[in-house]
Amino acid sequence: MASYAKPLARRKPHAQEHEDPRELLMHDPLPRGQMNAMVMESMHETTPIFWVVAAILAVIVVYTLGYDWYVVIMQGQGVTGELRPDYWGVFLVNTVFWIGISHAGTFISAILRVLKIESRRPFTRAAELMTTFGLVQAGLSIFMHLGRVWLVYWMFPIPNERTIWPDFHSPLMWDLMAITTYLLCSTMYLFLPLIPDLAMSRDRTESGWLKPFYKILALGFRGTEGEWKNLTTAMNIFAFAIIPVMFSVHTIVSWDFAMATRPGWSSTVFGPYFVIGALHSGMAAVAIVLFLLRSTMKHYKYFLRPEAFNTIGMLMLLVSMAWAYFYFNDYIVPWYGGNKWDKILQEYTEKGPLGYLWFTMLFVNIVVPWATLWNKKWRETPWLLAIVGFLINIGMYLERYIIIPVGVTINRMPFTWRQYYPRIEIPLTIGTFSLFLLLYMLASRVIPLIPVWEVQEGQEAHMIRKMGKAEVSTLSDME
Amino acid sequence: MTTNIELPVFTNNSEVELQGKWGMVVDQDLCTGCQACVAACSMENNVPFVGEEDAGYGRAMHWIRIERLWDNTTFPGVKMTSYQPTMCQQCHNAPCEPVCPVYASVHSQSEDLNLQVYNRCVGTRYCGNNCPYQVRAFNWRDYTDARTRPYLTVLQNQLNPDVTVRRRSVMEKCTFCIQRIHGAEDKAKSEGREIRDGEFTSACAQACPANAITFGRLDDPQSAVNKAAAASPSRSRHLLDELQTMPRVTYLTGGV
Repeated sequence: MASYAKPLARRKPHAQEHEDPRELLMHDPLPRGQMNAMVMESMHETTPIFWVVAAILAVIVVYTLGYDWYVVIMQGQGVTGELRPDYWGVFLVNTVFWIGISHAGTFISAILRVLKIESRRPFTRAAELMTTFGLVQAGLSIFMHLGRVWLVYWMFPIPNERTIWPDFHSPLMWDLMAITTYLLCSTMYLFLPLIPDLAMSRDRTESGWLKPFYKILALGFRGTEGEWKNLTTAMNIFAFAIIPVMFSVHTIVSWDFAMATRPGWSSTVFGPYFVIGALHSGMAAVAIVLFLLRSTMKHYKYFLRPEAFNTIGMLMLLVSMAWAYFYFNDYIVPWYGGNKWDKILQEYTEKGPLGYLWFTMLFVNIVVPWATLWNKKWRETPWLLAIVGFLINIGMYLERYIIIPVGVTINRMPFTWRQYYPRIEIPLTIGTFSLFLLLYMLASRVIPLIPVWEVQEGQEAHMIRKMGKAEVSTLSDME
Repeated sequence: MTTNIELPVFTNNSEVELQGKWGMVVDQDLCTGCQACVAACSMENNVPFVGEEDAGYGRAMHWIRIERLWDNTTFPGVKMTSYQPTMCQQCHNAPCEPVCPVYASVHSQSEDLNLQVYNRCVGTRYCGNNCPYQVRAFNWRDYTDARTRPYLTVLQNQLNPDVTVRRRSVMEKCTFCIQRIHGAEDKAKSEGREIRDGEFTSACAQACPANAITFGRLDDPQSAVNKAAAASPSRSRHLLDELQTMPRVTYLTGGV
C-alpha cells in the first residue's frame, strides 16, 4: 500500500547545493599544450620581489645557520638556554615540529591517492615537497641539539676497528633509522610522479643549465605505454608502502619521549597522539603553502581553486577533532594512573608561569578551527584558511614546547626544578624556517609545483552527464 | 664471524643483582648540610668551576649536591626536612644506560657501577633527561679551557692526575670514586689478597665531619655499609624506590 507524504513546507535549496560543477578544475579542462605552457611560464616568470625576498631569506640563513650555529659548535651548548632539568630545549621542539610538517605531504599524496580523492590532484606535489624540505630542517635541528655534532657518525652503524656498534636499545637510534627511511622514501615518492613533468620541462626548455638537469632527472621518459605502466606500478607500490612508514616515523619520534622514565612523557597514548598532532600541523602548513602559491605564482589560480582549499579545510577540521580527542586522552591516562608527579606536572603546565601557552594552544588548536572550518564558504576562502592554518601551526609549536621544555621542568626531584628560557635557539629557529622557505622558493623556479599530468589525467576521466534534469559529475576509473 | 672482544654474558642471577658490589649509606639524621662532601668531591674528581653566571643559571656541575626541602604539607612554611646529599645512585637497572645511542653510558659488569665514557659521549643529553634523580652534569661550555678562563693556569695544579679532565659537551656524573676503587684493587691484587672493607673510601665519605656518609662493599655482610643499613632497617630507604632502578645508595632518615 502506497503512502503519500506531503512536505509540510517546500524546502528552500541551500545556496551551497547549487554549485556549477563546471567551476571545478576537473570539469574545466584546457588544451594540454596550453596547460603545460602555463606551468612553465609560472615557473620562469620571476618578479623582482621574489629575488628580494629570496635574498633576505638567504642572508638570514647564512647569519643564523652559518654564524649562530658556528657559535653553538665552538662554544658548546652553554650559549643555549638549557640547564639541568631542561636538557632538551627548543632544538628538539623544532625537530618534532618539522617532522610534523613533513607528515602532511605524505598524508595528502599517499593516503588521498590511495583513497582516490580527486581534488588532491593539483596540490600533491606542493605537499610532497614540504615533506622533503621539512625533514631537512628536522635533521638540521637534531644536529644543532647534539653536543658534539662532529662525532655524529658514531651514531651510524659503520663497521669500525673497535667493533663498537650503536646501541639499538636507544630510542634515538630508532629515531635515526626511522627518519632516514622516511627521508629516502619520501624523496623517492616525490621523484616518481615528478618524472613525467620533468620530461615535459625538458621538452619545453630550449637551453640553459636547466636543460641537462631535466634531461638527467627525467631518465629519458618519453611517455610510451610501457613507461606509464611501470611508473603507475611503482607509484602504487610506494603510495601503499609509505603509509606505514609515515605512521611509524612519528610514533617512533613520540617514543623518544614515551620511553623515558619521566612524569608526563611515559604515556602509551603518545604514539597516536603525536601522529595526529603531526597531521594537525602538517595540514595547516599545506593550507598556508597553497595560499602563498596561489597568490604569488602566475596562473596558479587556475589550478588551485577553492575546492582544493575546501578539501584541506575539511581535513583540518577532522584532524582537529581527532587531536582534541587524543589531548583529552592524554589527561585521562594520568588521571587513571593517579601518579602524583603527573598531577604536579599538569598543574604546573596549566597554572604555572607558562600557563598562558597552554591556554593559547587549546584556543588555536581547537576553538579556532571548530569555529571557522564548519562553514564551506569560509573553507573555500584561501586567505582565511591560511590564517587558520597559521594559528594552528602556532598552537602545535606551543604543544611541542609544552611537552618538551615545559614538561622536563618537572621531575621527581623537586630540588632541581628550574624554568628554561631559550637564548640562541630563537635565531636558529628563525633560520630553519627561513631555510625551508628559501628551499621552497628556489624549488618553485626549478620544478613544476603542479603535477600537470595528474591534472590532465583527472580532467580526462571526469565528465558531466545529464541525468534527467540534473547535471552530475561522473568519473570513469581509468586504472 | 670472529670478534676480538668478549661479549658480556647476561644472566638473571637475582641474588648477585640484588646485592651489588659497591654501596653507600647516607644518614640524613647526621648530615649537617655543611657541603664538605661537595667540595671534596669537586677536588677529587676535577669537577670544573662553571663561574658565577652559569652557576646562578643552574648549571653547577657538582657530582653531589645537598638538597634542602621544605615540608609544606605538614607544617606550612615551618618544618624543613633533613638535608639530603644526592649523588649518582649507581642503579642496577639504570634508566640512563639504554637510552644512550653510542654506548657512552654503560654498566660495569665487574664493579656493578654506572660508567660514563667521556670520549664516547656525543652529547644527546638523553641520559640526563632520563635520570630520575637528576644527578648527571653536562659540560655546557669549555670550562677547562685556560684561554677563556685565565685562572685555570694556576688552578690546574690542583687537578687530580688520576681523573680525566672533561671537555665541553660531554655528560659526566659521580663514579663512586672509581679511581680510588681501582687503586685499592690494584694494591690488593699486588699483595695477593681480597680488598678489605674500610681500606679506602670515597672522597665525600672521607670529608664528611659528621660521618653521615659510609662507603664500602655491599657483597660483604660484615662491611660497614651493610652494618649501618642493618642497624636501623626502619629508617632505611632508597630514593624513588617505586621505579625499580635498584639504587646502591641507602638513605637513613626518620630518627631523632
